[in-house]
Amino acid sequence: MTAEIRMRAVDYSLFYGDFKALNSISLDIPTYRISAFIGPSGCGKSTFLRSFNRMNDLIPGVTTSGKVLLDGNDVSKEDVVNLRRKVGMVFQRPNPFPKSIFDNVAYGPRLHGTKNRSDLAVIVERSLKGAALWDEVKDDLGKSGMSLSGGQQQRLCIARAIAVEPEVILMDEPASALDPVATLKIEELMNVLKKNYTIAIVTHNMQQAARVSDYTAFLLTDENRAGNLIEFGPTKQIFTTPSDSRTEDYISGRFG
Amino acid sequence: MTRESFDRELQDVKRKLFQVTGEVRKNLTASVKYLDNRDMQGASMIIESDEMVNLKCLEIEERCLNIIATQQPVATDLRLLFSILQITTEVERIGDYAKGIARISQKIGPGKLVKPLVDIPRMEEIAGLMLDDAIRAFTEDDEQAARKIPARDMQIDVLYNQVHRVLLTFTMEKPTNIEEIMMLDWVAHNIERVGARVVNICERVIFTVTGVSVDLN
Amino acid sequence: MNRRALNQNAAFAMFWIAGAVAVLIMAFVVGYIMLKGLPGITADFFTSSPRGGLSGEGGIYSTIVTTFYMVVVTLAFAVPFGVGAAIYLTEYSGTSESRMVLKLVSVARFGVETLAGVPSIIFGLFGYALFVSALNFGFSILSASMAGACLIIPVIIRTTEEALKAVPTGYREASLALGANRWETIWKVILPSAFRGISTGILLSAGRIVSETAIFFVTLGGSYRVPHSLMSGGRTMALHVYYLAMETRAFDKAMSTAAVLVGLIVLMNLSINMITNRISAKEYK
Repeated sequence: MTAEIRMRAVDYSLFYGDFKALNSISLDIPTYRISAFIGPSGCGKSTFLRSFNRMNDLIPGVTTSGKVLLDGNDVSKEDVVNLRRKVGMVFQRPNPFPKSIFDNVAYGPRLHGTKNRSDLAVIVERSLKGAALWDEVKDDLGKSGMSLSGGQQQRLCIARAIAVEPEVILMDEPASALDPVATLKIEELMNVLKKNYTIAIVTHNMQQAARVSDYTAFLLTDENRAGNLIEFGPTKQIFTTPSDSRTEDYISGRFG
Repeated sequence: MTRESFDRELQDVKRKLFQVTGEVRKNLTASVKYLDNRDMQGASMIIESDEMVNLKCLEIEERCLNIIATQQPVATDLRLLFSILQITTEVERIGDYAKGIARISQKIGPGKLVKPLVDIPRMEEIAGLMLDDAIRAFTEDDEQAARKIPARDMQIDVLYNQVHRVLLTFTMEKPTNIEEIMMLDWVAHNIERVGARVVNICERVIFTVTGVSVDLN
Repeated sequence: MNRRALNQNAAFAMFWIAGAVAVLIMAFVVGYIMLKGLPGITADFFTSSPRGGLSGEGGIYSTIVTTFYMVVVTLAFAVPFGVGAAIYLTEYSGTSESRMVLKLVSVARFGVETLAGVPSIIFGLFGYALFVSALNFGFSILSASMAGACLIIPVIIRTTEEALKAVPTGYREASLALGANRWETIWKVILPSAFRGISTGILLSAGRIVSETAIFFVTLGGSYRVPHSLMSGGRTMALHVYYLAMETRAFDKAMSTAAVLVGLIVLMNLSINMITNRISAKEYK
């Protein structure tokens, strides 16, 4: 792996109370690449993804060991507001606020201090263009974000995430609630986005991981139900010549 | 193990390829034998049989494409399918070489050959055994065996050079039979090509097992 | 098959009859009140105050004013506490790691549940003992609205909690993931989303105040004059109906007041529907 490293997990473990959910995971997220986390349900891939912007902080009883680094800095020492500005997130179900399209995209920039309406308008347009949604909504930015189709809503959420100009975008099964056409649009969009953003995506859909990602991480629970990283490498290698037989079993549909 | 029907289909296609290879192998040996025996009827049977071989190869290809299109195979499965496709092509070409020998046999026509066949049957024997071993290595995922087979291709090449030189001297001794001599040379060439195709099959076996493409020629 | 169809038809018939009876009872009550009450309603009835006395002379002007004050002042006490408590219970308490806080929260929840089932006269007695006597606020709008607030705070807490819980978790996650803190998320995303549910709860509580009598009977006094400050006593419309019916001979006036009261309640319910419809229409335009 010759690419520059944006985020890095070092010997990272996560506990819910006494229960170990992630077991000593170390992995590098290369800059301007798409890294996919795959694995069966309950393997901790979403939990792991949420460690990168500390969304797990919200859950009572969660403790961690090891480190997650962003540009070499320990994220747990960073101001969480600042961290989440740099590490944006898109969720499984499209979740636009019940506000106008404009206000949805402007939400983040307003939080971080942009109040001027014309500045916001510039950001909104740039973000919607970045999310390939501008042409579909430019004539009616006052329309509620909830009135869009599922695929459009998800692109609105992507626009909302990139409006604060993050370095990293975390995507937690971003297309699992969408139909195949909307899914392909999101995948196409990811390909464009990776020119400017580092992307980490959790997906249940192995073909999606194979299609969109540059690197793939395979996670699996061990006998204590803790999530372990089994293999991480270039996607084309994982999908043609995985080095671990468990990876092979999983990607070829012979798991379990 | 999930995906049982997928696995069954894969194994079935693999078995089909094994069967077709068996037919091709039979045709190859028979083609040289009929040439030696001056058996015109046998030669035309080989030509007919090769039609069937070609159809069966097409069927294998089609089934591979179906599996790829509907099952999205990855990793070992994908490499296996890719190799089946490639090996099918090799086998189909070996079948064509056998058919070519049968055609030559017909062209030469009945009657005694200009010289008794000595090295050509030996070449065929080696090539045939190589093919047997290669396809067995394939069905058994035996990478080690596949690595050993190509060395034997050298013997075929040596014999081919020998045949070639002998036939060359014959052209000087019996200039009236130049056409037949050249056709016999072509037979030897066909068998030499069979050896090269078998080496290709061995490469595919290694690729299937390890995922590494090698060049053993 | 016939047997099954018969069973089904019999069941449907019973449900239909039950529904029809319910509607008929309601129509009868409202109709009876309207029939008796409407003839007595004139412009003068709204603009003049009761003049006291056994004959129940005069209109209901002062009771309308008192009712209005009561609603406004009670909500002013109850809404901040009720909504605030609900926000704490749903948005903050769950994330606390202190066992004591969690214990306290579960006690508070239990208290809220219990309070919601307490008869209103108990709140009245409590209000009388604390606000009227001990704190010496006397029979006044202040005492009555504080006692009234005790009645409706559990209602507001529960409806607000429900409204907050109905806000999809996705909104919270999205807002937090954009770098908002908890309060920003509550203020900018969750409260606006829950507005419809919260305002419904508040309007329902306002309805409780309009129709409440027991509490105000022992905290508001019964003065039929127009109140001029928080320390004035007074009588709400509902209370007025009680006084007219029980202490005067003016049963017709009681009916007219009741008719106005019923009209007001209907109007409030309609406005609840209107608000919720308009907001949802705007949301999904």
